[in-house]
Amino acid sequence: MALLEVDRLVVEFPGRRGTLRALDEISFSIEPGEVLGVVGESGAGKSLTGAAIIGLLEPPGRVASGQIRLEGTRIDRFTDAQMRPIRGRRIGAIFQDPLTTLDPLVSVGKQLVETMQTHLKLSDRDARARAVGWLEQVGIPAAAERVGAYPHQFSGGMRQRVVIALALCAEPKLVIADEPTTALDVSIQAQIIALLRRLTTDHGTSVMLVTHDMGVIAETADRVAVMYAGRIAEIGPVRDVVLHPSHPYTEGLMGSIPQLEHRVERLRQIDGAMPRLTAIPPGCAFNPRCGRVLERCRVDRPDLLARGTTLAACWNMVPMDDVT
Amino acid sequence: MSSVLEAIEVSRRFDVSRPALQRLLSGERRRILTAVDAVSFDIPRATTLSLVGESGCGKSTIARLAVGLYAPSEGEIRFEGYPLSSARAQPGLRRKMNMIFQDPYASLNPRWRVRDIVAEPIRAFRILSGQKAIADRVGGLLSQVGLSPADGEKFPHEFSGGQRQRISIARALSSEPEFLVCDEPTSALDVSVQAQILNLMRDLQQRLGLTYLFISHNLAVVRHMSDRLGVMYLGRIVEQGRGEDIFRNPQHPYTRLLLDAIPDVAMVGRTRAPVSGEVPSPIAPPSGCTFHPRCPLANERCRVEKPSHTRSADVMVACHAVQEGRA
Ligand SMILES: Nc1ncnc2c1ncn2[C@@H]1O[C@H](COP(=O)(O)OP(=O)(O)OP(=O)(O)O)[C@@H](O)[C@H]1O
Ligand SMILES: Nc1ncnc2c1ncn2[C@@H]1O[C@H](COP(=O)(O)OP(=O)(O)OP(=O)(O)O)[C@@H](O)[C@H]1O
Ligand code: SF4
Ligand SMILES: [Mg+2]
Ligand SMILES: [Mg+2]
Repeated sequence: MALLEVDRLVVEFPGRRGTLRALDEISFSIEPGEVLGVVGESGAGKSLTGAAIIGLLEPPGRVASGQIRLEGTRIDRFTDAQMRPIRGRRIGAIFQDPLTTLDPLVSVGKQLVETMQTHLKLSDRDARARAVGWLEQVGIPAAAERVGAYPHQFSGGMRQRVVIALALCAEPKLVIADEPTTALDVSIQAQIIALLRRLTTDHGTSVMLVTHDMGVIAETADRVAVMYAGRIAEIGPVRDVVLHPSHPYTEGLMGSIPQLEHRVERLRQIDGAMPRLTAIPPGCAFNPRCGRVLERCRVDRPDLLARGTTLAACWNMVPMDDVT
Repeated sequence: MSSVLEAIEVSRRFDVSRPALQRLLSGERRRILTAVDAVSFDIPRATTLSLVGESGCGKSTIARLAVGLYAPSEGEIRFEGYPLSSARAQPGLRRKMNMIFQDPYASLNPRWRVRDIVAEPIRAFRILSGQKAIADRVGGLLSQVGLSPADGEKFPHEFSGGQRQRISIARALSSEPEFLVCDEPTSALDVSVQAQILNLMRDLQQRLGLTYLFISHNLAVVRHMSDRLGVMYLGRIVEQGRGEDIFRNPQHPYTRLLLDAIPDVAMVGRTRAPVSGEVPSPIAPPSGCTFHPRCPLANERCRVEKPSHTRSADVMVACHAVQEGRA
């Protein structure tokens, strides 16, 4: 059975100027031990998907319809009190803003100890030893010496690693990692990815990995979902999506990655911007920016259609041999 | 070419001791962390100097020193020839420099509407007057970073991480600075928005002659953006020169290690060779060359003697092995 199933999830923000539909019928699942990568345009809804799963949508945001099931149990209607034991213990979350997760007034060691003791039966001594161990695992140099430091005494990347340690220390089954390695240099990044990989193989932990770094996705994920304007544009095994994108948006995304091998005067960009949530065009949301647009794309909204092992929401998929 | 920013042997230390009373009781000594250690560089007008290096090596500390948010413990920073320490006395200088912070959310006031956040430098430095003129300028800035003028009405929490980053970029550009410090400006952005922002930054540089100090851990982005490059390790710049030269021919063993560790789209299904060795503590850095515990080329001299900067193929490198020709 899948560890997590998200089924036609709709998230809305009711407001004075009408209701914003930020996630529009999103469906996907994550198997035990699997890493699902989530990529997509800024503002596409990646973080909201994570927030909805862990029950931390900021009001007035709410799950308007659809289901979220964890090991078969529906959790999308859970109250805050019902979610509390799940958060941290069964679903660990690494949020995009490390500073907002950390308490500036409590030392990083104490924050780890408190989190572990909330969820696991540990003596003070064991918890403290484990706190140092976690800081070592996420690559904080001189961990034993710095366990008593406060967040502002750490660099940006060090704080991000403390947040990662906090999410992992109660040994959750599912880790939602929202841009966990963005502020990290490549060697620490490699270390964190190796750590996440080790958790999936040794403990069967599943990971939902939100990142815009295609290199990290290519290396870490088993499958990848590409989001655009609150929907999934394409989802499939990472090799197929990265090497043979089916959706024109995915193709554009792959094309805008700066390459280390050769320097170009200008990076290729997908011209235009993602539509506002209040002004999503009829038909395919990508149609105003799409080079493959057909008449039909402007009127009919494409659903996810299978092509091989990949699903893509597109009326005119990129031909297999036409990938640049 | 005249330099816009010049750092001369700049160091910055932090006192990370425990409170005095506790220290007294446990007989512990003061602990000083050297975040930046005798760093020198200069940035000619209309060029970009990038800093790369592992997390915690001192990049953000240099960024803060460069705009005067921290004072150097030693050494001096000059902006257009004037010591930065005198900048507070010259508000004209302050207006010419701005910074995009690493943590976009923490640097946006949550209670302000986006239009007021972006307009703040315009008002503070009296760049424009009249509500209409300011509103037009704010709308234009928001469009430039790929948001819409109507977004000005909203509050920061209504935006995604990447959208907030773009708000802070719009704000940084609003005072029409000549010198911009960008601390991981695009790390929260997806690649297509990143491409738009990086192209915008290059356009501005060409059109207005902007000078950048650019910090990113993404080496492909750094290669795309920089004229000159400084590679940092534990508070020091260990290799400095033209970006192209360093990327084509990395000389310092640390630079080589860094370039080897890059994940790549071509990596599907493969795993990288893990980087060996631990980052040492900046509170008690290793003796000699601080990189020696992780360096494949370290010998006895490296363990005791601190390497000085020497020129090698137009690049400044601080490494005994490079200097001795055994790298
Ligand atoms: N509290 C809120 N009120 C109104 N709109 C919101 C709110 N929070 C998020 N949104 C909108 O929902 C959309 C999705 O946001 P989300 O944070 O999920 O994006 P994301 O895909 O994580 O982007 P990024 O890569 O930039 O982090 C955005 O357009 C954002 O403006
Ligand atoms: N205010 C402070 N008090 C004590 N120590 C500090 C302070 N600011 C920074 N440091 C320390 O100085 C070192 C360098 O920090 P800095 O933020 O410059 O790193 P960085 O290169 O920007 O790293 P990252 O890539 O993680 O952002 C770190 O060891 C950090 O813990
Ligand atoms: S459905 Fe049409 S507009 Fe949308 S991505 Fe496919 S070809 Fe382009
Ligand atoms: Mg996000
Ligand atoms: Mg930093």
